Amino acid sequence: MTAFSRRYGRNRAAVLGLCILGAVVLLALAAPWISPGSPFRLAGKPLSPPFGEYLFGTDTLGRDVAAGITHGARTSLLIGLVATAMAVAVGTVLGGLAGFYGGVVDDLLMRVTEFFQTIPAFLFAIVLVAVLGSSLSSTVIAITVVSWPAVARLVRGEFLGMRRRDFVQACIGLGMPDARIIFRHILPNCLAPIIVLASLMVATAILIESGLSFLGLSDPNVMSWGFQVGAGRGVLRVAWWLCAIPGVAILLTVLAINLVGEGLNDALNPRLRR
Amino acid sequence: MSPRLRFIARRLLQAVPVVLAIVMLNFFLLHLAPGDAATVLAGEAGSATPEYMAQLRARFGLDQPLALQLWAYARNILTLNLGHSFRHDQPVVTLIVARLWPTLLLMMTTLVLSVTVGSLLGLLAATGLHRWRDTVISIFALVSYATPLFWLGLMLIVLFSIRLGWLPTSGMESIGAFKTGWARLLDIGRHLILPAGALSLFYMALYTRLMRAALLEQAGMDYVTTARAKGLSERRIVWAHTLRNALLPVVTMAGLQTGGLLGGSVIVETVFGWPGLGLLAFQSLFARDLNLLLGIFLLSACTVVVVNLVVDILYTLLDPRIEVT
Repeated sequence: MTAFSRRYGRNRAAVLGLCILGAVVLLALAAPWISPGSPFRLAGKPLSPPFGEYLFGTDTLGRDVAAGITHGARTSLLIGLVATAMAVAVGTVLGGLAGFYGGVVDDLLMRVTEFFQTIPAFLFAIVLVAVLGSSLSSTVIAITVVSWPAVARLVRGEFLGMRRRDFVQACIGLGMPDARIIFRHILPNCLAPIIVLASLMVATAILIESGLSFLGLSDPNVMSWGFQVGAGRGVLRVAWWLCAIPGVAILLTVLAINLVGEGLNDALNPRLRR
Repeated sequence: MSPRLRFIARRLLQAVPVVLAIVMLNFFLLHLAPGDAATVLAGEAGSATPEYMAQLRARFGLDQPLALQLWAYARNILTLNLGHSFRHDQPVVTLIVARLWPTLLLMMTTLVLSVTVGSLLGLLAATGLHRWRDTVISIFALVSYATPLFWLGLMLIVLFSIRLGWLPTSGMESIGAFKTGWARLLDIGRHLILPAGALSLFYMALYTRLMRAALLEQAGMDYVTTARAKGLSERRIVWAHTLRNALLPVVTMAGLQTGGLLGGSVIVETVFGWPGLGLLAFQSLFARDLNLLLGIFLLSACTVVVVNLVVDILYTLLDPRIEVT
Protein backbone atom coordinates (compact mmCIF):
# COMPACT_ATOMS: atom_id res chain seq x y z
CA MET A 1 0.00 0.00 0.00
CA THR A 2 2.81 2.41 0.81
CA ALA A 3 4.51 1.59 -2.49
CA PHE A 4 1.19 2.30 -4.17
CA SER A 5 0.68 5.66 -2.48
CA ARG A 6 4.28 6.61 -3.18
CA ARG A 7 3.83 5.86 -6.85
CA TYR A 8 0.54 7.74 -6.84
CA GLY A 9 2.11 10.69 -5.03
CA ARG A 10 4.77 11.02 -7.68
CA ASN A 11 2.08 12.20 -10.11
CA ARG A 12 1.41 15.75 -8.95
CA ALA A 13 -1.62 16.23 -11.18
CA ALA A 14 -3.19 13.12 -9.67
CA VAL A 15 -2.63 14.46 -6.16
CA LEU A 16 -4.28 17.74 -7.15
CA GLY A 17 -7.19 15.77 -8.58
CA LEU A 18 -7.54 13.81 -5.36
CA CYS A 19 -7.63 17.06 -3.35
CA ILE A 20 -10.38 18.58 -5.52
CA LEU A 21 -12.35 15.35 -5.47
CA GLY A 22 -11.96 15.16 -1.70
CA ALA A 23 -13.37 18.69 -1.40
CA VAL A 24 -16.36 17.80 -3.59
CA VAL A 25 -17.03 14.64 -1.55
CA LEU A 26 -16.87 16.66 1.68
CA LEU A 27 -19.24 19.22 0.19
CA ALA A 28 -21.67 16.47 -0.78
CA LEU A 29 -21.51 14.80 2.63
CA ALA A 30 -21.94 18.07 4.51
CA ALA A 31 -24.72 19.43 2.28
CA PRO A 32 -27.50 19.07 4.90
CA TRP A 33 -25.44 21.10 7.40
CA ILE A 34 -23.96 23.70 5.03
CA SER A 35 -27.30 24.49 3.43
CA PRO A 36 -30.12 23.01 5.49
CA GLY A 37 -33.55 22.51 4.00
CA SER A 38 -34.59 21.93 0.45
CA PRO A 39 -32.37 23.51 -2.24
CA PHE A 40 -35.63 24.31 -4.06
CA ARG A 41 -36.68 26.59 -1.17
CA LEU A 42 -37.13 30.23 -2.12
CA ALA A 43 -34.40 32.00 -0.17
CA GLY A 44 -34.63 35.63 -1.15
CA LYS A 45 -34.98 38.21 -3.87
CA PRO A 46 -34.66 36.67 -7.38
CA LEU A 47 -31.50 37.25 -9.42
CA SER A 48 -29.35 38.77 -6.70
CA PRO A 49 -25.74 38.81 -7.95
CA PRO A 50 -23.05 36.54 -6.49
CA PHE A 51 -20.74 37.48 -3.60
CA GLY A 52 -23.46 39.56 -2.00
CA GLU A 53 -25.86 38.30 0.64
CA TYR A 54 -25.64 34.85 -0.94
CA LEU A 55 -22.27 33.42 -1.95
CA PHE A 56 -23.34 32.56 -5.50
CA GLY A 57 -26.45 34.76 -5.63
CA THR A 58 -29.99 33.60 -6.28
CA ASP A 59 -31.64 32.29 -9.44
CA THR A 60 -34.71 33.44 -11.37
CA LEU A 61 -37.09 32.23 -8.65
CA GLY A 62 -34.92 33.34 -5.73
CA ARG A 63 -33.43 29.96 -4.92
CA ASP A 64 -29.99 30.02 -3.30
CA VAL A 65 -27.48 28.96 -5.99
CA ALA A 66 -24.86 27.87 -3.42
CA ALA A 67 -27.38 25.54 -1.79
CA GLY A 68 -28.06 24.05 -5.21
CA ILE A 69 -24.34 23.52 -5.75
CA THR A 70 -23.88 21.64 -2.47
CA HIS A 71 -26.95 19.46 -3.00
CA GLY A 72 -26.07 19.02 -6.67
CA ALA A 73 -22.70 17.59 -5.60
CA ARG A 74 -24.61 14.82 -3.82
CA THR A 75 -26.70 14.04 -6.90
CA SER A 76 -23.75 14.02 -9.28
CA LEU A 77 -21.55 11.81 -7.12
CA LEU A 78 -24.39 9.50 -6.15
CA ILE A 79 -25.55 8.93 -9.71
CA GLY A 80 -21.97 8.64 -10.97
CA LEU A 81 -21.05 6.04 -8.35
CA VAL A 82 -24.24 3.96 -8.45
CA ALA A 83 -24.48 3.90 -12.25
CA THR A 84 -20.80 2.98 -12.55
CA ALA A 85 -21.09 0.25 -9.92
CA MET A 86 -24.04 -1.25 -11.77
CA ALA A 87 -22.33 -1.00 -15.16
CA VAL A 88 -19.17 -2.60 -13.73
CA ALA A 89 -21.23 -5.43 -12.22
CA VAL A 90 -23.11 -6.14 -15.44
CA GLY A 91 -20.03 -5.73 -17.63
CA THR A 92 -17.86 -7.91 -15.41
CA VAL A 93 -20.38 -10.76 -15.31
CA LEU A 94 -21.06 -10.73 -19.06
CA GLY A 95 -17.43 -10.09 -20.07
CA GLY A 96 -16.20 -12.69 -17.58
CA LEU A 97 -18.59 -15.34 -18.86
CA ALA A 98 -17.63 -14.58 -22.46
CA GLY A 99 -13.90 -14.67 -21.74
CA PHE A 100 -13.99 -17.73 -19.47
CA TYR A 101 -16.23 -20.00 -21.49
CA GLY A 102 -15.42 -18.78 -25.00
CA GLY A 103 -17.06 -20.49 -27.95
CA VAL A 104 -20.76 -19.94 -28.50
CA VAL A 105 -21.24 -18.05 -25.23
CA ASP A 106 -18.47 -15.65 -26.20
CA ASP A 107 -19.85 -15.17 -29.72
CA LEU A 108 -23.34 -14.48 -28.48
CA LEU A 109 -22.36 -12.14 -25.65
CA MET A 110 -19.95 -10.21 -27.81
CA ARG A 111 -22.60 -9.71 -30.50
CA VAL A 112 -24.87 -8.23 -27.85
CA THR A 113 -22.05 -6.04 -26.55
CA GLU A 114 -21.18 -4.77 -30.01
CA PHE A 115 -24.84 -4.07 -30.64
CA PHE A 116 -25.05 -1.88 -27.55
CA GLN A 117 -21.84 -0.13 -28.55
CA THR A 118 -23.24 0.64 -31.98
CA ILE A 119 -26.24 2.54 -30.65
CA PRO A 120 -25.47 6.25 -30.08
CA ALA A 121 -24.98 6.34 -26.31
CA PHE A 122 -26.31 9.76 -25.35
CA LEU A 123 -29.33 9.50 -27.65
CA PHE A 124 -30.08 6.07 -26.20
CA ALA A 125 -29.89 7.51 -22.69
CA ILE A 126 -32.30 10.30 -23.69
CA VAL A 127 -34.77 7.84 -25.20
CA LEU A 128 -34.57 5.56 -22.15
CA VAL A 129 -35.30 8.37 -19.71
CA ALA A 130 -38.08 9.66 -21.96
CA VAL A 131 -39.66 6.20 -21.97
CA LEU A 132 -39.08 5.36 -18.31
CA GLY A 133 -40.03 8.80 -16.99
CA SER A 134 -37.79 11.31 -15.20
CA SER A 135 -36.55 9.93 -11.92
CA LEU A 136 -33.25 9.20 -10.20
CA SER A 137 -33.57 5.49 -10.93
CA SER A 138 -34.28 5.91 -14.63
CA THR A 139 -31.24 8.20 -14.98
CA VAL A 140 -29.13 5.54 -13.29
CA ILE A 141 -30.60 2.79 -15.48
CA ALA A 142 -30.03 4.82 -18.64
CA ILE A 143 -26.37 5.50 -17.77
CA THR A 144 -25.82 1.86 -16.82
CA VAL A 145 -27.31 0.59 -20.07
CA VAL A 146 -25.03 2.78 -22.17
CA SER A 147 -21.84 2.22 -20.17
CA TRP A 148 -21.56 -1.51 -19.42
CA PRO A 149 -20.27 -2.61 -22.88
CA ALA A 150 -16.86 -0.99 -22.33
CA VAL A 151 -16.42 -2.99 -19.12
CA ALA A 152 -17.57 -6.22 -20.76
CA ARG A 153 -15.01 -5.88 -23.53
CA LEU A 154 -12.18 -5.09 -21.12
CA VAL A 155 -13.04 -7.94 -18.74
CA ARG A 156 -13.44 -10.40 -21.61
CA GLY A 157 -9.98 -9.51 -22.89
CA GLU A 158 -8.43 -9.92 -19.45
CA PHE A 159 -10.21 -13.23 -18.85
CA LEU A 160 -9.16 -14.57 -22.24
CA GLY A 161 -5.54 -13.85 -21.33
CA MET A 162 -5.85 -15.32 -17.83
CA ARG A 163 -7.64 -18.42 -19.05
CA ARG A 164 -4.47 -19.67 -20.73
CA ARG A 165 -2.20 -19.00 -17.75
CA ASP A 166 -0.77 -21.94 -15.86
CA PHE A 167 -2.36 -21.15 -12.51
CA VAL A 168 -5.83 -21.18 -14.03
CA GLN A 169 -5.08 -24.40 -15.87
CA ALA A 170 -3.89 -25.84 -12.54
CA CYS A 171 -7.17 -24.80 -10.89
CA ILE A 172 -9.13 -26.49 -13.66
CA GLY A 173 -6.93 -29.56 -13.31
CA LEU A 174 -7.63 -29.66 -9.57
CA GLY A 175 -11.35 -29.86 -10.42
CA MET A 176 -12.19 -26.53 -8.82
CA PRO A 177 -15.74 -25.29 -9.51
CA ASP A 178 -15.88 -22.61 -12.23
CA ALA A 179 -17.39 -19.98 -9.95
CA ARG A 180 -14.51 -20.38 -7.50
CA ILE A 181 -11.91 -20.08 -10.25
CA ILE A 182 -13.61 -16.99 -11.64
CA PHE A 183 -14.15 -15.10 -8.40
CA ARG A 184 -11.20 -16.25 -6.27
CA HIS A 185 -8.47 -16.60 -8.85
CA ILE A 186 -9.08 -14.76 -12.11
CA LEU A 187 -11.08 -11.72 -11.03
CA PRO A 188 -8.63 -10.48 -8.35
CA ASN A 189 -5.92 -10.53 -11.00
CA CYS A 190 -7.98 -8.33 -13.33
CA LEU A 191 -8.97 -5.76 -10.72
CA ALA A 192 -6.37 -3.10 -11.61
CA PRO A 193 -7.63 -2.31 -15.13
CA ILE A 194 -11.25 -2.58 -14.00
CA ILE A 195 -10.63 -0.03 -11.23
CA VAL A 196 -8.97 2.39 -13.65
CA LEU A 197 -11.78 2.07 -16.18
CA ALA A 198 -14.41 2.43 -13.47
CA SER A 199 -12.87 5.65 -12.17
CA LEU A 200 -12.96 7.17 -15.65
CA MET A 201 -16.53 5.93 -16.09
CA VAL A 202 -17.67 7.84 -13.02
CA ALA A 203 -16.55 11.02 -14.79
CA THR A 204 -18.42 10.09 -17.97
CA ALA A 205 -21.51 9.18 -15.95
CA ILE A 206 -21.49 12.60 -14.30
CA LEU A 207 -21.21 14.27 -17.71
CA ILE A 208 -24.13 12.21 -19.09
CA GLU A 209 -26.22 12.95 -16.00
CA SER A 210 -25.56 16.68 -16.29
CA GLY A 211 -26.45 16.58 -19.99
CA LEU A 212 -29.72 14.78 -19.29
CA SER A 213 -30.71 17.13 -16.51
CA PHE A 214 -29.76 20.14 -18.64
CA LEU A 215 -32.26 18.89 -21.22
CA GLY A 216 -34.89 18.74 -18.47
CA LEU A 217 -34.79 14.98 -18.05
CA SER A 218 -33.80 14.89 -14.38
CA ASP A 219 -35.94 13.96 -11.42
CA PRO A 220 -37.95 17.16 -10.76
CA ASN A 221 -37.49 16.77 -7.00
CA VAL A 222 -33.73 16.35 -7.04
CA MET A 223 -31.37 19.31 -7.41
CA SER A 224 -28.55 18.82 -9.90
CA TRP A 225 -25.92 20.96 -11.57
CA GLY A 226 -27.21 20.30 -15.07
CA PHE A 227 -30.69 21.38 -14.00
CA GLN A 228 -29.26 24.62 -12.58
CA VAL A 229 -27.54 25.44 -15.86
CA GLY A 230 -30.73 24.65 -17.77
CA ALA A 231 -32.81 26.81 -15.44
CA GLY A 232 -30.43 29.75 -15.81
CA ARG A 233 -30.34 29.53 -19.57
CA GLY A 234 -33.31 31.82 -20.09
CA VAL A 235 -31.60 34.73 -18.36
CA LEU A 236 -28.17 34.24 -19.92
CA ARG A 237 -28.15 37.83 -21.10
CA VAL A 238 -28.68 39.43 -17.69
CA ALA A 239 -27.30 36.79 -15.30
CA TRP A 240 -24.69 34.67 -17.05
CA TRP A 241 -23.24 33.50 -13.74
CA LEU A 242 -26.31 31.37 -13.10
CA CYS A 243 -25.13 29.12 -15.92
CA ALA A 244 -21.41 29.61 -15.33
CA ILE A 245 -21.16 28.57 -11.68
CA PRO A 246 -22.76 25.09 -11.82
CA GLY A 247 -20.84 24.41 -15.04
CA VAL A 248 -17.55 25.14 -13.29
CA ALA A 249 -18.61 22.70 -10.57
CA ILE A 250 -19.19 19.97 -13.16
CA LEU A 251 -15.93 20.76 -14.95
CA LEU A 252 -13.84 20.68 -11.77
CA THR A 253 -15.40 17.45 -10.53
CA VAL A 254 -15.03 15.64 -13.84
CA LEU A 255 -11.49 16.95 -14.29
CA ALA A 256 -10.55 15.81 -10.77
CA ILE A 257 -11.96 12.32 -11.36
CA ASN A 258 -10.11 12.02 -14.67
CA LEU A 259 -6.85 13.05 -12.99
CA VAL A 260 -7.40 10.51 -10.22
CA GLY A 261 -8.14 7.84 -12.83
CA GLU A 262 -4.91 8.55 -14.66
CA GLY A 263 -3.01 8.58 -11.38
CA LEU A 264 -4.50 5.19 -10.49
CA ASN A 265 -3.53 3.90 -13.91
CA ASP A 266 0.09 4.93 -13.43
CA ALA A 267 0.24 3.68 -9.87
CA LEU A 268 -1.41 0.33 -10.59
CA ASN A 269 0.68 -0.39 -13.68
CA PRO A 270 4.19 0.49 -12.52
CA ARG A 271 5.71 -1.32 -15.49
CA LEU A 272 4.11 1.12 -17.90
CA ARG A 273 5.88 4.09 -16.36
CA ARG A 274 8.67 5.62 -18.35
CA MET B 1 -15.46 -12.82 -56.71
CA SER B 2 -12.43 -10.85 -55.57
CA PRO B 3 -11.57 -11.09 -51.87
CA ARG B 4 -12.46 -7.42 -51.36
CA LEU B 5 -15.92 -7.81 -52.85
CA ARG B 6 -16.43 -10.92 -50.73
CA PHE B 7 -15.36 -8.96 -47.68
CA ILE B 8 -17.80 -6.16 -48.45
CA ALA B 9 -20.61 -8.64 -49.06
CA ARG B 10 -19.91 -10.39 -45.76
CA ARG B 11 -19.83 -7.11 -43.83
CA LEU B 12 -23.14 -6.11 -45.44
CA LEU B 13 -24.68 -9.42 -44.39
CA GLN B 14 -23.39 -8.92 -40.85
CA ALA B 15 -25.08 -5.55 -40.68
CA VAL B 16 -28.52 -7.00 -41.42
CA PRO B 17 -29.14 -8.63 -38.02
CA VAL B 18 -27.87 -5.46 -36.32
CA VAL B 19 -30.41 -3.32 -38.16
CA LEU B 20 -33.17 -5.82 -37.35
CA ALA B 21 -32.14 -5.76 -33.70
CA ILE B 22 -32.32 -1.96 -33.73
CA VAL B 23 -35.84 -2.13 -35.15
CA MET B 24 -36.84 -4.59 -32.41
CA LEU B 25 -35.28 -2.47 -29.71
CA ASN B 26 -37.20 0.53 -31.00
CA PHE B 27 -40.44 -1.42 -30.95
CA PHE B 28 -39.98 -2.53 -27.38
CA LEU B 29 -39.01 0.97 -26.25
CA LEU B 30 -42.25 2.23 -27.78
CA HIS B 31 -44.15 -0.40 -25.82
CA LEU B 32 -42.30 0.26 -22.60
CA ALA B 33 -43.62 3.81 -22.54
CA PRO B 34 -46.76 4.42 -20.53
CA GLY B 35 -49.83 4.90 -22.72
CA ASP B 36 -50.12 4.24 -26.44
CA ALA B 37 -51.14 6.14 -29.54
CA ALA B 38 -54.79 5.75 -28.59
CA THR B 39 -54.34 7.41 -25.19
CA VAL B 40 -52.35 10.19 -26.81
CA LEU B 41 -55.07 10.84 -29.37
CA ALA B 42 -57.78 10.54 -26.76
CA GLY B 43 -55.87 13.01 -24.63
CA GLU B 44 -55.71 15.42 -27.56
CA ALA B 45 -59.44 15.08 -28.07
CA GLY B 46 -60.03 16.00 -24.43
CA SER B 47 -62.31 13.11 -23.49
CA ALA B 48 -62.94 9.69 -24.89
CA THR B 49 -65.33 6.88 -24.13
CA PRO B 50 -63.93 3.37 -23.67
CA GLU B 51 -65.72 2.38 -26.88
CA TYR B 52 -63.93 5.13 -28.82
CA MET B 53 -60.60 4.05 -27.32
CA ALA B 54 -61.20 0.43 -28.36
CA GLN B 55 -62.11 1.63 -31.82
CA LEU B 56 -58.91 3.67 -32.04
CA ARG B 57 -56.85 0.71 -30.82
CA ALA B 58 -58.41 -1.54 -33.45
CA ARG B 59 -57.67 1.02 -36.13
CA PHE B 60 -53.97 1.21 -35.21
CA GLY B 61 -53.76 -2.55 -34.71
CA LEU B 62 -52.99 -2.04 -31.02
CA ASP B 63 -55.37 -4.86 -30.04
CA GLN B 64 -53.29 -7.42 -31.92
CA PRO B 65 -50.84 -9.80 -30.21
CA LEU B 66 -47.39 -8.30 -29.58
CA ALA B 67 -45.62 -10.49 -32.13
CA LEU B 68 -48.04 -9.45 -34.88
CA GLN B 69 -47.60 -5.81 -33.93
CA LEU B 70 -43.82 -6.22 -34.12
CA TRP B 71 -44.19 -7.78 -37.57
CA ALA B 72 -46.36 -4.91 -38.76
CA TYR B 73 -43.93 -2.39 -37.26
CA ALA B 74 -40.90 -3.99 -38.89
CA ARG B 75 -42.70 -4.12 -42.23
CA ASN B 76 -43.53 -0.45 -41.94
CA ILE B 77 -39.96 0.51 -41.06
CA LEU B 78 -38.50 -1.46 -43.95
CA THR B 79 -40.71 0.51 -46.31
CA LEU B 80 -39.44 3.68 -44.62
CA ASN B 81 -42.72 4.33 -42.88
CA LEU B 82 -41.58 5.52 -39.46
CA GLY B 83 -45.06 6.29 -38.22
CA HIS B 84 -46.99 9.47 -37.72
CA SER B 85 -46.11 12.42 -35.53
CA PHE B 86 -49.38 13.33 -33.84
CA ARG B 87 -47.92 16.59 -32.60
CA HIS B 88 -46.94 17.88 -36.04
CA ASP B 89 -49.64 15.87 -37.86
CA GLN B 90 -47.06 14.83 -40.44
CA PRO B 91 -45.28 11.57 -41.25
CA VAL B 92 -42.11 11.22 -39.15
CA VAL B 93 -40.01 10.60 -42.29
CA THR B 94 -41.04 13.95 -43.79
CA LEU B 95 -40.10 15.78 -40.60
CA ILE B 96 -36.75 14.03 -40.37
CA VAL B 97 -35.79 14.59 -43.99
CA ALA B 98 -36.57 18.30 -43.64
CA ARG B 99 -34.15 18.57 -40.70
CA LEU B 100 -31.45 16.33 -42.08
CA TRP B 101 -29.17 18.68 -43.87
CA PRO B 102 -28.51 21.22 -41.09
CA THR B 103 -27.38 18.32 -38.89
CA LEU B 104 -25.23 16.87 -41.66
CA LEU B 105 -23.63 20.27 -42.21
CA LEU B 106 -22.92 20.63 -38.49
CA MET B 107 -21.51 17.11 -38.18
CA MET B 108 -19.33 17.31 -41.27
CA THR B 109 -17.88 20.67 -40.23
CA THR B 110 -17.22 19.29 -36.76
CA LEU B 111 -15.60 16.15 -38.12
CA VAL B 112 -13.25 18.04 -40.44
CA LEU B 113 -12.42 20.67 -37.83
CA SER B 114 -11.76 18.25 -34.98
CA VAL B 115 -9.74 15.75 -37.02
CA THR B 116 -7.49 18.33 -38.65
CA VAL B 117 -6.91 20.59 -35.65
CA GLY B 118 -6.76 17.61 -33.26
CA SER B 119 -4.17 15.78 -35.37
CA LEU B 120 -2.16 18.93 -35.77
CA LEU B 121 -2.11 19.59 -32.02
CA GLY B 122 -1.17 15.97 -31.39
CA LEU B 123 1.67 16.32 -33.84
CA LEU B 124 2.87 19.53 -32.17
CA ALA B 125 2.73 17.86 -28.76
CA ALA B 126 4.55 14.71 -29.87
CA THR B 127 7.34 16.60 -31.63
CA GLY B 128 7.91 18.84 -28.65
CA LEU B 129 7.69 16.05 -26.09
CA HIS B 130 7.88 17.17 -22.44
CA ARG B 131 8.53 20.76 -23.43
CA TRP B 132 6.14 23.65 -22.76
CA ARG B 133 4.28 23.03 -26.02
CA ASP B 134 3.46 19.46 -25.01
CA THR B 135 2.44 20.54 -21.52
CA VAL B 136 0.12 23.30 -22.72
CA ILE B 137 -1.53 21.05 -25.30
CA SER B 138 -1.93 18.21 -22.81
CA ILE B 139 -3.58 20.51 -20.26
CA PHE B 140 -5.87 21.86 -22.97
CA ALA B 141 -6.89 18.30 -23.89
CA LEU B 142 -7.47 17.37 -20.25
CA VAL B 143 -9.72 20.37 -19.62
CA SER B 144 -11.63 19.89 -22.90
CA TYR B 145 -12.29 16.33 -21.85
CA ALA B 146 -13.98 17.47 -18.68
CA THR B 147 -16.02 20.36 -20.09
CA PRO B 148 -19.76 19.78 -20.31
CA LEU B 149 -20.83 20.49 -23.88
CA PHE B 150 -23.94 22.52 -23.03
CA TRP B 151 -22.01 24.71 -20.63
CA LEU B 152 -19.27 25.37 -23.18
CA GLY B 153 -21.92 26.36 -25.71
CA LEU B 154 -23.59 28.78 -23.31
CA MET B 155 -20.27 30.34 -22.31
CA LEU B 156 -19.33 30.81 -25.97
CA ILE B 157 -22.65 32.60 -26.47
CA VAL B 158 -21.97 34.84 -23.45
CA LEU B 159 -18.49 35.73 -24.70
CA PHE B 160 -18.82 35.97 -28.48
CA SER B 161 -22.47 36.90 -28.94
CA ILE B 162 -23.54 38.86 -25.87
CA ARG B 163 -20.31 40.54 -24.68
CA LEU B 164 -18.42 40.98 -27.94
CA GLY B 165 -21.40 40.88 -30.30
CA TRP B 166 -19.33 39.21 -33.01
CA LEU B 167 -21.49 36.23 -33.79
CA PRO B 168 -25.21 35.43 -33.76
CA THR B 169 -26.61 33.62 -30.70
CA SER B 170 -28.85 31.11 -32.36
CA GLY B 171 -30.44 29.73 -35.49
CA MET B 172 -28.92 28.88 -38.82
CA GLU B 173 -29.78 32.04 -40.76
CA SER B 174 -30.71 35.61 -39.93
CA ILE B 175 -34.46 35.71 -39.64
CA GLY B 176 -36.24 37.85 -42.20
CA ALA B 177 -33.06 38.76 -44.05
CA PHE B 178 -33.92 36.55 -47.08
CA LYS B 179 -30.34 36.52 -48.30
CA THR B 180 -29.43 34.62 -51.41
CA GLY B 181 -26.30 33.26 -53.05
CA TRP B 182 -22.96 34.04 -51.41
CA ALA B 183 -24.48 36.36 -48.86
CA ARG B 184 -26.66 33.50 -47.62
CA LEU B 185 -23.73 31.07 -47.48
CA LEU B 186 -21.72 33.60 -45.52
CA ASP B 187 -24.64 34.10 -43.16
CA ILE B 188 -24.97 30.36 -42.53
CA GLY B 189 -21.22 30.18 -42.03
CA ARG B 190 -21.35 32.86 -39.37
CA HIS B 191 -24.11 30.98 -37.58
CA LEU B 192 -22.15 27.75 -37.87
CA ILE B 193 -18.94 28.90 -36.15
CA LEU B 194 -20.07 28.66 -32.52
CA PRO B 195 -22.04 25.38 -32.65
CA ALA B 196 -19.36 23.61 -34.71
CA GLY B 197 -16.63 25.02 -32.47
CA ALA B 198 -18.37 23.86 -29.30
CA LEU B 199 -19.07 20.38 -30.64
CA SER B 200 -15.51 20.07 -31.98
CA LEU B 201 -13.68 20.83 -28.75
CA PHE B 202 -14.20 17.45 -27.08
CA TYR B 203 -13.32 15.50 -30.22
CA MET B 204 -10.36 17.73 -30.88
CA ALA B 205 -9.03 16.73 -27.47
CA LEU B 206 -9.71 13.09 -28.27
CA TYR B 207 -7.80 13.18 -31.56
CA THR B 208 -4.99 15.21 -29.99
CA ARG B 209 -4.38 12.56 -27.37
CA LEU B 210 -4.77 9.73 -29.85
CA MET B 211 -2.40 11.33 -32.35
CA ARG B 212 0.19 12.07 -29.71
CA ALA B 213 0.09 8.49 -28.39
CA ALA B 214 0.15 6.98 -31.89
CA LEU B 215 3.10 9.13 -32.96
CA LEU B 216 5.04 8.22 -29.82
CA GLU B 217 4.29 4.55 -30.40
CA GLN B 218 5.46 4.77 -34.01
CA ALA B 219 8.61 6.64 -32.99
CA GLY B 220 9.85 3.53 -31.20
CA MET B 221 9.49 1.27 -34.23
CA ASP B 222 12.40 -0.33 -36.05
CA TYR B 223 11.67 1.40 -39.32
CA VAL B 224 12.26 4.76 -37.66
CA THR B 225 15.68 3.59 -36.51
CA THR B 226 16.38 2.50 -40.07
CA ALA B 227 15.24 5.84 -41.44
CA ARG B 228 17.42 7.65 -38.94
CA ALA B 229 20.38 5.40 -39.74
CA LYS B 230 20.17 6.22 -43.41
CA GLY B 231 20.44 9.88 -42.52
CA LEU B 232 16.88 11.21 -42.88
CA SER B 233 16.09 14.41 -41.01
CA GLU B 234 13.72 14.15 -38.04
CA ARG B 235 11.24 16.35 -39.88
CA ARG B 236 11.21 14.02 -42.86
CA ILE B 237 10.85 10.94 -40.66
CA VAL B 238 7.74 12.41 -39.06
CA TRP B 239 6.11 13.75 -42.21
CA ALA B 240 6.92 10.88 -44.57
CA HIS B 241 6.83 7.91 -42.20
CA THR B 242 5.39 8.07 -38.71
CA LEU B 243 2.58 10.55 -39.44
CA ARG B 244 1.03 8.31 -42.09
CA ASN B 245 0.99 5.33 -39.80
CA ALA B 246 -0.26 7.36 -36.87
CA LEU B 247 -3.21 8.62 -38.92
CA LEU B 248 -4.77 5.15 -39.09
CA PRO B 249 -6.08 4.99 -35.51
CA VAL B 250 -7.40 8.54 -35.96
CA VAL B 251 -9.45 7.45 -38.98
CA THR B 252 -10.84 4.48 -37.06
CA MET B 253 -11.74 6.67 -34.11
CA ALA B 254 -13.39 9.26 -36.35
CA GLY B 255 -15.68 6.53 -37.66
CA LEU B 256 -16.45 5.24 -34.20
CA GLN B 257 -17.42 8.70 -32.98
CA THR B 258 -20.41 9.16 -35.30
CA GLY B 259 -22.81 8.00 -32.61
CA GLY B 260 -21.24 10.35 -30.11
CA LEU B 261 -21.50 13.25 -32.55
CA LEU B 262 -25.22 12.56 -33.03
CA GLY B 263 -25.75 12.59 -29.26
CA GLY B 264 -23.69 15.75 -28.92
CA SER B 265 -25.69 17.44 -31.66
CA VAL B 266 -28.85 17.15 -29.54
CA ILE B 267 -27.19 19.31 -26.91
CA VAL B 268 -25.43 21.71 -29.25
CA GLU B 269 -28.50 22.21 -31.44
CA THR B 270 -30.63 22.80 -28.35
CA VAL B 271 -28.20 25.39 -27.02
CA PHE B 272 -27.75 27.20 -30.33
CA GLY B 273 -31.24 26.70 -31.75
CA TRP B 274 -29.67 25.00 -34.77
CA PRO B 275 -32.67 23.66 -36.71
CA GLY B 276 -31.48 20.07 -37.21
CA LEU B 277 -32.38 16.59 -36.01
CA GLY B 278 -31.01 17.21 -32.53
CA LEU B 279 -33.29 20.17 -31.94
CA LEU B 280 -36.17 18.15 -33.38
CA ALA B 281 -35.38 15.37 -30.88
CA PHE B 282 -35.36 17.91 -28.04
CA GLN B 283 -38.69 19.38 -29.16
CA SER B 284 -40.26 15.92 -29.49
CA LEU B 285 -39.05 15.18 -25.96
CA PHE B 286 -41.03 18.08 -24.64
CA ALA B 287 -44.11 17.45 -26.73
CA ARG B 288 -44.03 13.80 -25.57
CA ASP B 289 -43.96 12.89 -29.26
CA LEU B 290 -42.45 9.44 -28.82
CA ASN B 291 -42.99 8.33 -32.42
CA LEU B 292 -40.85 11.19 -33.64
CA LEU B 293 -38.15 10.74 -30.97
CA LEU B 294 -37.84 7.03 -31.69
CA GLY B 295 -37.81 7.69 -35.43
CA ILE B 296 -34.79 9.95 -34.96
CA PHE B 297 -33.21 7.37 -32.68
CA LEU B 298 -33.74 4.62 -35.23
CA LEU B 299 -32.29 6.68 -38.04
CA SER B 300 -29.27 7.65 -35.93
CA ALA B 301 -28.54 4.06 -34.93
CA CYS B 302 -28.79 2.93 -38.56
CA THR B 303 -26.50 5.79 -39.63
CA VAL B 304 -23.87 4.54 -37.21
CA VAL B 305 -24.12 1.02 -38.67
CA VAL B 306 -23.66 2.40 -42.18
CA VAL B 307 -20.73 4.62 -41.17
CA ASN B 308 -19.00 1.71 -39.44
CA LEU B 309 -19.42 -0.31 -42.61
CA VAL B 310 -17.95 2.45 -44.75
CA VAL B 311 -15.02 2.94 -42.39
CA ASP B 312 -14.27 -0.79 -42.41
CA ILE B 313 -14.21 -0.80 -46.20
CA LEU B 314 -12.18 2.43 -46.39
CA TYR B 315 -9.72 0.95 -43.97
CA THR B 316 -8.92 -2.00 -46.19
CA LEU B 317 -8.27 0.47 -49.01
CA LEU B 318 -6.10 2.76 -46.87
CA ASP B 319 -4.02 0.04 -45.33
CA PRO B 320 -3.29 -2.88 -47.65
CA ARG B 321 -1.76 -4.81 -44.76
CA ILE B 322 -5.18 -5.41 -43.27
CA GLU B 323 -6.45 -8.77 -44.40
CA VAL B 324 -9.78 -8.82 -46.14
CA THR B 325 -10.42 -12.50 -45.54
